Amino acid sequence: MSGLRPASRWDPLWMLAPTLLLLAVFFFYPLLVAAKDSLYAWDLLTPPRYVGLDNYRSLLEDGSLYQSLKTTVGISVVVVAGALSLGLALALAANRPGLLAAWLRGSVFSAYVVSWVSVGLLWLWLLDADAGAVSRILRGLGWSQPGVLTHPNSAPVAIALVVVWKIAGYAMVVFLGGLQSIPKSVYEAAALDGASQFHRFRHVTLPLLAPSLAFVATTSLILSFQAFDVVRVMTQGGPVRSTTLFVYSVYERLFLDLQVGTASAEAVVFFFVLVLLTGLELWAFRKRERA
Amino acid sequence: MGFQKTRARVKLRRFALFASGQFGLLALTLLWLLPYAWMVLTSLKTLPEIVAAPTRLFPEQLQFGAYRSALAAMPLGRYLLNSTITALGIALLQLLLALPAAYALGKLRFRGRSLAFGLIVATLLVPAQLRFVPIFSLLAELGLTNTYSALILPFAVSALGSFLLRQALLSLPDSIIEAARLDGASEFAIVFRLLPPLLVPSLVSVFLFSFVYHWNDYFWPLVMTTDDRVRTLPLGVALLREQGTGARWHIVMAGNVLLSAPVLLVFAFAQRALLRAVAASTS
Repeated sequence: MSGLRPASRWDPLWMLAPTLLLLAVFFFYPLLVAAKDSLYAWDLLTPPRYVGLDNYRSLLEDGSLYQSLKTTVGISVVVVAGALSLGLALALAANRPGLLAAWLRGSVFSAYVVSWVSVGLLWLWLLDADAGAVSRILRGLGWSQPGVLTHPNSAPVAIALVVVWKIAGYAMVVFLGGLQSIPKSVYEAAALDGASQFHRFRHVTLPLLAPSLAFVATTSLILSFQAFDVVRVMTQGGPVRSTTLFVYSVYERLFLDLQVGTASAEAVVFFFVLVLLTGLELWAFRKRERA
Repeated sequence: MGFQKTRARVKLRRFALFASGQFGLLALTLLWLLPYAWMVLTSLKTLPEIVAAPTRLFPEQLQFGAYRSALAAMPLGRYLLNSTITALGIALLQLLLALPAAYALGKLRFRGRSLAFGLIVATLLVPAQLRFVPIFSLLAELGLTNTYSALILPFAVSALGSFLLRQALLSLPDSIIEAARLDGASEFAIVFRLLPPLLVPSLVSVFLFSFVYHWNDYFWPLVMTTDDRVRTLPLGVALLREQGTGARWHIVMAGNVLLSAPVLLVFAFAQRALLRAVAASTS
C-alpha cells in the first residue's frame, strides 16, 4: 500500500469520521429504513402495520410499477437517442476554432447549467397551447392538435425533447473531449488512402469515439431515470399518467396518497434498477479507459 | 487561362463551404439562444401583448411591470437569501469535509482505506430521489423539516468533491507534506493551511459545481419544506405559475430571468472551472 505513514494512528479517523458519519445517517441508514418501510403499511398518521411483501405484490398486481417503468423506459429511449445524435452533431459542428463555434459551445452548454425549473418553465411557455411561440409555429405548419402537452401521445415525446435540449450540451462536451483526443495523423493517413469525408467519419471518427458514445448513453440513461423536476413543472405526470416517471410516481405516492410503504417499495425497486444501470455505466467506463 | 479558372472555382467552392459552415453554426446557436431571448422579451411585455395574435417580437415599450408583479407575488428577497444560504452552506461544508477526507484517502496509508473510499464512491448510487422518503420521515420525527439543516446536512458529503480533491492530491508530490512535517506542522495545519493554496483550481471547481447544482435544486426543498421562511428561489418561481390563472406568462418569465441570470453569470465568468468539474465527473 502506497502513501505516507500517518503522523498519529488516529489521524485518518478524525479526517474521515465526519464524512463517514454523515454518510451513515444520510445514505446508508435511509436505504435500510426504505427496505424496512417497504414491508409496512403506513400513512404517516396511524402506527405502521407489518404487511410482509404485500406492497411489492400490489405494485405488481395493479400494474403501476409496470406503467411507470414503461413510461420511464420510453422517454429514456428518446433521451438517449437524442443526446447521442444531437450531442455528436453539435460536437462535430463546434469542433473548430473561431468565435461562432465558441458561441455555439457556450450557448448549448449553458442550458445544462441552468436549472431544470428554468428550462421546464421556459418550454412550458413556448409550448403553451394558446399563445406559445412554438405552438403557433407548429399551427402555422399545419399541426392541428390543441397543444403538444395536452395529449398522452405527444406529451412524453415533448418532455423527452426538452430533456434532450437541456443535456445536449453535456453530451457535446464529452464528445468534444473524445474528438480532440483522436490524433490528427489518423485522419491524414485516411485521407492519403483516399477515404472520403463520410468514410473518414464512419471508419475513423465513430469507432474511436465508441467509448464516449457508450459513456454518454449510460449517463443520459441514468439521468432520465432520475428525472423529476421537469415532469413536476411541466405536466405533473399527466395527461392520463403518460409522463408519470419513476421518481414522480414515488413522490405522488408519498405526498399525495400518503402511502409510505408502497412508496418505499417502489424506491427499493428503483434502487436495484439504478444499481443495474450503474453497472452498465461502469462497464462502459472501463471500455473508455481501455481505449 | 483554364488553370486560373479552376483556381477561382476552387476558391469560390472553399468560400461557399466556409460560409455554409458558419451559417450552420449560427442556426444551431439560435436553437439555444432564441428560447432564452424569448424568455427575456416576454418578461418585458404586458399581458395583452403576450396573448395578442400575431405576436410582436419586441415589446412596444420597455415594461418592468412583470418584474414588479413577480416581486409583489412572492417574498423574493427571502427566497434569494434562502437559496444563497443553502447553496453556499452546502458548497462550503462539502469542501470542509472533503479536504481532510481526500487527504487521508489520497496521501495516508492506513487499514480500511479502500473500504472508506469505496463507501464514499458508492453513495453516487444513492441519489436524493431515493433517499427522500426515509430522510423525510426521520427529519419529521426530529422536527427538523422546514429548517436549513434539512436542506443542507443531507448534502454535506459530496462523493464527487472527495473524489476530485483526492485526484488532485494524488498528483501532488509527497515531499511537500514531508517537508511541512519536518518543519513541525501539525496534520491539521497541513490539511487546512498548507493544502488549500495548492489545490485552488480543484477547490474552485468543486465549489462552483456544487453551488450551481444546489442553487438550481428543486426536488429537495420541495419535499423538505412547506414554509416560505426556508423555501428557495426555484420553488418560488415554479409557484408563480401554479398561482396564476395560466396566462400570466410575462410574470413567470420575469421570475425565470431572476432565477437563471445568476447561474448564467457564474457560467459566463467561470466557464472553464465549471467545465473542469463536468469533465472530471465524467472520467
